[in-house]
Amino acid sequence: MKNEKDIIICRCEDVTLEQIREKIKEGYTNFEDLKRLLRVGMGPCQGNTCGHLIQRELATYLGIPIEKVKTHKSRPLSMGVPLKAIAEDQNENI
Amino acid sequence: MKTYDLIIVGAGISGASIAYNLAKKGMTNILVLDKGYFASGATGRCGAGVRQQWATEINCRLAKQSMEFFSHAKETLKYPDDIEFKQEGYLILATTPEEHEQFKKNVILQNTLGIPSKVCNKEEALKIVPHLNPDAFTSATFCQTDGHLNPFKMTEAYYLAAKHLGVEFHFFEEVKEIHVNHQQIEFVKTNKDIYYTHQVVNAAGGYAKEIGDLVGVDIPVYAENHEILVTEPVERMQGPMVMSFSKNIYCQQVPHGAFIMGRSNPFAERNHDIGSTWQFLDEMSKTLVHIMPKVGELRVIRQWGGSYNMSPDRQPILSDTKALEGFYMACGFSGHGFMFAPMTGLLMSELILNEKPSMDMSSLHIDRFKENKTTAYEKSVV
Repeated sequence: MKNEKDIIICRCEDVTLEQIREKIKEGYTNFEDLKRLLRVGMGPCQGNTCGHLIQRELATYLGIPIEKVKTHKSRPLSMGVPLKAIAEDQNENI
Repeated sequence: MKTYDLIIVGAGISGASIAYNLAKKGMTNILVLDKGYFASGATGRCGAGVRQQWATEINCRLAKQSMEFFSHAKETLKYPDDIEFKQEGYLILATTPEEHEQFKKNVILQNTLGIPSKVCNKEEALKIVPHLNPDAFTSATFCQTDGHLNPFKMTEAYYLAAKHLGVEFHFFEEVKEIHVNHQQIEFVKTNKDIYYTHQVVNAAGGYAKEIGDLVGVDIPVYAENHEILVTEPVERMQGPMVMSFSKNIYCQQVPHGAFIMGRSNPFAERNHDIGSTWQFLDEMSKTLVHIMPKVGELRVIRQWGGSYNMSPDRQPILSDTKALEGFYMACGFSGHGFMFAPMTGLLMSELILNEKPSMDMSSLHIDRFKENKTTAYEKSVV
């Protein structure tokens, strides 16, 4: 694919298909590695957009069925919540 | 059968740094084993801060010399990427008269060792971080050369440099047995294979105690979950890490723009839990909004947990042991293994290769606990 560097896979962190394929070739062949080195899945959507695209890339590279590629760890919170909204909801003093 | 000069358990930054330092000196037939993915343990879960403002002399020395390495790490390790090193300081808030007195002593010690920290009054501190709540603290200390470093990138830099020198790394491979015969290590058995070696380094972070147990060496450390969160990235608004031991918080804006903040749970149990709790979010948000209300506008993106490997005096164990020749320990960092990694690697390589140590390591030996020789206790820990 010629335009790998123009295809954005992770929209939150602006990570291209080219960057992902390069890192996979370097030997980082699971989502958790790619997340830590490229920030994919670290943005506001928490991997909801790029997760399955990267899963497919890994499956193709490793030559295994996509369901055998582990998805990334989902962490709280899945939605953005301002800290003060949490703090103000309580009536206790610090 | 595969034979190695040395096997390192744990491919976090400590293991990677030890491997690199040994390989640089010519010992390249090394295997580093890790039970998880790259930076899956404490290193990849840490708060990304690097500081030299400590209360004990040995921690100050380890931190200062490590910081010097970080300042030229990219070039020394020939790392093609950015390690995101920035030296915009740590501002440590005093909130009680006792803390103020203690911090004055800390600064005198730090200055004696060449660490350029200083005591600031409230006005001076507010100039450094204007959005601080002036009612939340009484005075502060500041050290400009403290700062931030990307844990994943810094670890990858060591990892690639060690690999380039010939060190082997195996991920997703767990050590199950270290076989000892007549007081000598014979082989290491994993869930995948057996490797022959007479030397093992325990750099297993949160699992250091369990690795010690495999060879019958009782290491007085335990794992404890410390939680952390990260916000959405925003325009640059805070240079230094803001920290308070009495308020139980550290909070820094990283170069990427996000704020990372954490605190400890005084009721944390001694186990391998690395989960995320609602209670942490609740307490963290209240503490944060009290100290820096403006940062409270930001949205939380994600929270996670990681293991501190706690030692009785909150100082690392960098040590061999009379109990078993060829068994070495680099553990018990009590939450600060990332920032001490350059010295961990250097000192451990000197210990293993029987070279003259770059600094007096006697206070880091494991025997300090059984002989009741511990003289210092590190109070500056969140």
